[in-house]
Amino acid sequence: MAIEIRNVCKSFKDVNAVQNVNLMVESGESVALLGPNGAGKTTLVEMIEGVQFPDSGEIRILDRSWEKDEHFLRKQIGLALQETRFLERLTVEETLNLFASFYSLEKERAREVIEIIQLESKRSTWVLHLSGGQRQRLALGVAILPIPQILILDEPTTGLDPNARRDLWKILESFKATGTTLILTTHYMEEAQYLCKRILMMDQGKILAEGSLSHLLDKFGEGDLIEYVIEGAFPTEKAEQLSGVLSCRWDENTGEGRLTVKNISETLPLFLQLVEKSSISLTSLECRRRTLDDLFLAMSGRHLDD
Amino acid sequence: MIKILLRLILSQFKIFFREPGVVFWSFGFPLLMAWILGIAFANKGNALHIVAVVDESPDAIYSLPEWLLEKTGADSTKYSTESGLDWQVGENNGEQARFRFKSMNEDDATRALKRGKISLWLMGNPAAGIKYHFDPDNTESSLTFLLLERVFSVQSSTKPHSEIRPITMTGSRYIDFLIPGLMAMSIMNACLWGIGWSLIDLRIKKLLRRMVATPLRKPIFLLSHGLNRMILSAAELLLLYGFAYYYFGIIIQGSLWALLLVFLSGYSAFAGIAVLISCRAQNTHSGNGLINFVSLPMFVLSGIFFSYHNFPDWVTPYVEVLPLTMLANSLRGIITEGIGLYDVILPSIGLVGIGCVCFALGLRFFYWH
Repeated sequence: MAIEIRNVCKSFKDVNAVQNVNLMVESGESVALLGPNGAGKTTLVEMIEGVQFPDSGEIRILDRSWEKDEHFLRKQIGLALQETRFLERLTVEETLNLFASFYSLEKERAREVIEIIQLESKRSTWVLHLSGGQRQRLALGVAILPIPQILILDEPTTGLDPNARRDLWKILESFKATGTTLILTTHYMEEAQYLCKRILMMDQGKILAEGSLSHLLDKFGEGDLIEYVIEGAFPTEKAEQLSGVLSCRWDENTGEGRLTVKNISETLPLFLQLVEKSSISLTSLECRRRTLDDLFLAMSGRHLDD
Repeated sequence: MIKILLRLILSQFKIFFREPGVVFWSFGFPLLMAWILGIAFANKGNALHIVAVVDESPDAIYSLPEWLLEKTGADSTKYSTESGLDWQVGENNGEQARFRFKSMNEDDATRALKRGKISLWLMGNPAAGIKYHFDPDNTESSLTFLLLERVFSVQSSTKPHSEIRPITMTGSRYIDFLIPGLMAMSIMNACLWGIGWSLIDLRIKKLLRRMVATPLRKPIFLLSHGLNRMILSAAELLLLYGFAYYYFGIIIQGSLWALLLVFLSGYSAFAGIAVLISCRAQNTHSGNGLINFVSLPMFVLSGIFFSYHNFPDWVTPYVEVLPLTMLANSLRGIITEGIGLYDVILPSIGLVGIGCVCFALGLRFFYWH
């Protein structure tokens, strides 16, 4: 077992950041902690990192404890924090060499990592002159320098543009092949979906649900969605009686509505016929599968990016 | 346009006043400094000018004020065996000039002048003529000379014959007083800014947290900062001394081993203070404020640019235990008076002690994350 967390609680003044959390992570597993700001993800991860200690409960990493084996565990864990600002007037290579020395690694490893994080052309560039995406790739490079048994990434792509985010995902995707256990905190559901097979949804210090994406959607979020905007009075009662409709919601003030259906291809033609017969005007229509955000909204009343 | 400007100004005020630390360091700290340096010394009369009277006659210390009392009638005199003779003289517009005369032999007077304990020393007596010994480049000494001359000329019908004997020999000039002080200040700044500020900056950038999340041992990390700045600080001192040697002809008259000991002990004192200062600061404002809070009072009180003996007597014992004072005095002793290793052992122990206590406290409360 890579990580064992039993009945862990942590409070700050009057805020219960983590409440009675239990979590077991197998070696080689990829786990995403998904939740909005203030959900308790970072506190939980900091306790795994040995930066914070629980008020109660127990955390064991690689069957060891932080109290007794801190130096050993520091060698086994790679870490990338959100917005780490490295020494600005060191080059990319110098930064990696510096951190490599902390793990007693040769410079050769730093050169390998520069290739992995695709910063060969920036090898001699000061950190000061790197873009946000390049800096986060460097942070990832520092994290994977020792080929850690556990890799912890705390919101590694927050603030990055979609291209930079995808670049980082690709690097991580290939690094996962080394068998490293990955713990990722994020409030981007695509990131969790892309990188991790197991997703934990957290809010207010508690784990609301966990499982694979399909498991979560099957278990907690049955049905697809037809979202629409109507001008005129929408016949909600008739819509609820359409075949395959699980629920119907419509806001007469904004005209926005949503049908939750078993199967889009079965219900969509019926919905369009209803709109035509009712002589109302459809100004917007979108059909999609449920996402983790829909699920999270249903569970907690908040969006993931709140 | 005006509305936008006002809105921007208002927003900036809100940001400013919603950060208690910034408000304190902007308003509270200057007031505190004013209180310490200004109000604490206010209403104590004018600055005291300490003058040594050198004469073969043991009655020398009395002869001058007695003559003045007879001839002019000074406002007040007060004598104690420890502090000498306090002499306060009325001047124009109700201003007061305050002098303290101390009886010394010539060697003691020369040493006291090097240490900044006296502004000048004089020989002779009013009847036979007075010889003033001081460095004309030292403004404090020149002022004391002028004030004495003025008092004599205003209050005496027969102004005594006076003669200036400029002291220009190496070790007794103002520059000889100044350079060791600047060297001490350089060590202080190297530590407080080079170590203290650097650690605070790493914490702000979350790099401190990132570094200690590796197998890097914390004492090694702190030691690297200490050694790095020590080497730079030694280079700064060599450069400063090299300049003083070539430009002003300042020569280290004492033991180089003593100098090394004082440098290391002074450095360890300020390195410890730097760790203590930086142990909790979380942002630029509080970091800056804390460093200034520690360094500015010492900068003013420790006798870097002018002697702390000008301050009221009650301040002196406190000033003398400040690390910058101990360091500056030791460096001054080695460079200008030629003192040896034995003479600097006590202040060195004091400096190392301060460093160890501050370092232990800093490490105990250090916020690594």
